[in-house]
Amino acid sequence: MKKSKAFWGFLVLALVIYAVVQGMISGGMLDLYYQNILIQMCINIMLAVSLHIVIGITGQFSIGHAGFMAVGAYISAIATMKLGLPLIVAIILGAVISALAGLLVGIPTLRLKGDYLAIATLGFAEIIRIMFLNVEYVGGAAGMVVTNLTTWTYAFVGVVITILVIANFTNSRHGRGCISIREDEIAADAMGINTTYYKVVAFTIGSFFAGVAGAIYAHNFFIIQPTTFNFLKSFDILIYVVLGGLGSLSGSVIAAIFLTLVSAYLANFPETRMIIYSVVLIIVMLYRPTGLMGTKEITSLFKFGKKGGSKV
Amino acid sequence: MTEKKTLKRFASVFLASSLIVGALAGCSSSEEEKTSSSGGSSSSDGDSSEVIKIGANLELSGSVASYGSSIGKGAELAVEEINAAGGIDGKQIELVKVDNKSENSEATNAAIKLATQDKVTAMIAPATSGNVIATAQIANQYKIPTVTASGTAPNVTENEDGSINDYVFRTCFIDPFQGIVAANFATELGAKNVAIYADNSSDYAKGLAASFKQQIEANGGKVVAEEAYVAKDVDFKSTLTNLKSKNPEFIFIPGYYEEVGLIVKQARELGIDVPLMGADGWDSPTLVELAGKDALNNTFITNHYSSQDPDKTIQGFVEAFQGKFNEAPNAFHALGYDTVYFIADAIKRAGSTDGEAIQKALAETTDLSLITGTFSVDEKHNPVKSATVLEYVDGNQKFNSKVNP
Repeated sequence: MKKSKAFWGFLVLALVIYAVVQGMISGGMLDLYYQNILIQMCINIMLAVSLHIVIGITGQFSIGHAGFMAVGAYISAIATMKLGLPLIVAIILGAVISALAGLLVGIPTLRLKGDYLAIATLGFAEIIRIMFLNVEYVGGAAGMVVTNLTTWTYAFVGVVITILVIANFTNSRHGRGCISIREDEIAADAMGINTTYYKVVAFTIGSFFAGVAGAIYAHNFFIIQPTTFNFLKSFDILIYVVLGGLGSLSGSVIAAIFLTLVSAYLANFPETRMIIYSVVLIIVMLYRPTGLMGTKEITSLFKFGKKGGSKV
Repeated sequence: MTEKKTLKRFASVFLASSLIVGALAGCSSSEEEKTSSSGGSSSSDGDSSEVIKIGANLELSGSVASYGSSIGKGAELAVEEINAAGGIDGKQIELVKVDNKSENSEATNAAIKLATQDKVTAMIAPATSGNVIATAQIANQYKIPTVTASGTAPNVTENEDGSINDYVFRTCFIDPFQGIVAANFATELGAKNVAIYADNSSDYAKGLAASFKQQIEANGGKVVAEEAYVAKDVDFKSTLTNLKSKNPEFIFIPGYYEEVGLIVKQARELGIDVPLMGADGWDSPTLVELAGKDALNNTFITNHYSSQDPDKTIQGFVEAFQGKFNEAPNAFHALGYDTVYFIADAIKRAGSTDGEAIQKALAETTDLSLITGTFSVDEKHNPVKSATVLEYVDGNQKFNSKVNP
């Protein structure tokens, strides 16, 4: 009962935000610059939330997320540019192939732990990138030119679905299985939880939504090149999750919004841009070592009176 | 009770979000006011008479920051000179620099920002071809003439389907041109049997190799061997031995300086003493360190310009640049400098800051004399201009000749 209320509440909130922003766009109050920032914000939120399920919920340290984003981007671009499919089909196709890639990568590597897993995921992301670099069909090093098809609606719907699915997954039996792995894998194993299965599930769902984000990314920025999806991109996504607080979905969302705005604002100060950006990160980590939200969710902030609120 | 609480919770979330949205709206509406006060039909001309804004969307940080910041420095010097000389028809130029972190997506963002927020008259596009493509559609959409200083890939100005990006131009020659120049140079040296040793992992090198081959065969020469390496290779001896056995009189090695340095060194060690030639990818002090001064003798490169060109205007530029930045200008500095003059010349001829008029003027540019050569713009928005051939003599680049297309 309580959960379904939160679900409908979130949907209503999403609809209200969408209506307000869409109204402002049609009213001409938000020009392309702000629309573009909003789309980018949505892409970053999707990436952050999809990595959150792997790192924050399941506790598996993956630093190859950009690789799955690349799969989504390239597959969807092939679908629209070479095969002439509509964008919505391309996004789904990109996401599904990306999820398959996640499954393929996940099954062997998720038996590894900690640093070993991190290195393995990094390696796989690089393999994916190098593959696209050497396939002439998708333009090789010069990249692939993609028509701009994304609108704010696509991006926003993507975010809403991503958050809904991952929030519901977290609250489900499977989600609790994943959380138990994060808290103590050996104990979870002893309790009869199939740890490899849950890890692979979380990883595949994460790859799926990274693929969605990649597809929307590809159709917003005119060109995709293998270098875009290098390990630095993976670290960018990792920063959102860690800055937001490991284990907090709303934290990932807030961090993604915050850092997108900081980055957009700092474009005016090219000489000092990266210094200020880094200083912001250091300051946040010094004063909020557990991230902006810790492991709390934003909804729990409104529940002070209630004992034992809905800690996820 | 709980219902009341949830209601309250959603009310506060809603309030907070509407506050944020309101703040955003506030920004944009004030922006709107600013433009409407300055943008009212004829008053816009009156207002912009003070200053002409040229946006510079450059790689100032990230992996190719050295290219972008070099172009930025060249552009700064040019703007300073034009302003000191009274500006364009009395209007001063203001350079608005935006960093694109060497990323496609940031390049798009920066272009949108320059177009919608700063409302620039013209843009200097990013240094690398991919980033230029990321801005091309924005330039077309907002009708802002955009010139890249160093985006050399053919598809920057020409789309796959053969259509032209109307508002995109460039100051540099395109990749295949350097291959043609190198082939003609080889023929001039009297080489008939030539070999090609190209970097297989870069589009740049592959493009150069293909155009070189085509031109040398058109000149009556023969490619006796065609070999490839991959970036980051370090041992080239077996391939070079193979090349040597074919007895080429000239070897064309398109690629970047890191591998080329080792190739040149190992080739000389194996006793290959024929002329070796490359393109602007060789142009780096690191090349001399890797290959050694002696090995580099009898090697040539094509480049955009040479700071040792005896030409008076070039020497004037070199002096002015050294005075301001205390370093010798490289090709990127010169191209950035030229890009501003290229745009300024078009604005002057157009007689207005209207995007369409400037676009037309840019396309009609003929015989404009700049540091990196006198050039005219062809129908594909590429400059037709000369390339400079440089020869390495004891580790220094020596001006050899200028080759006209």
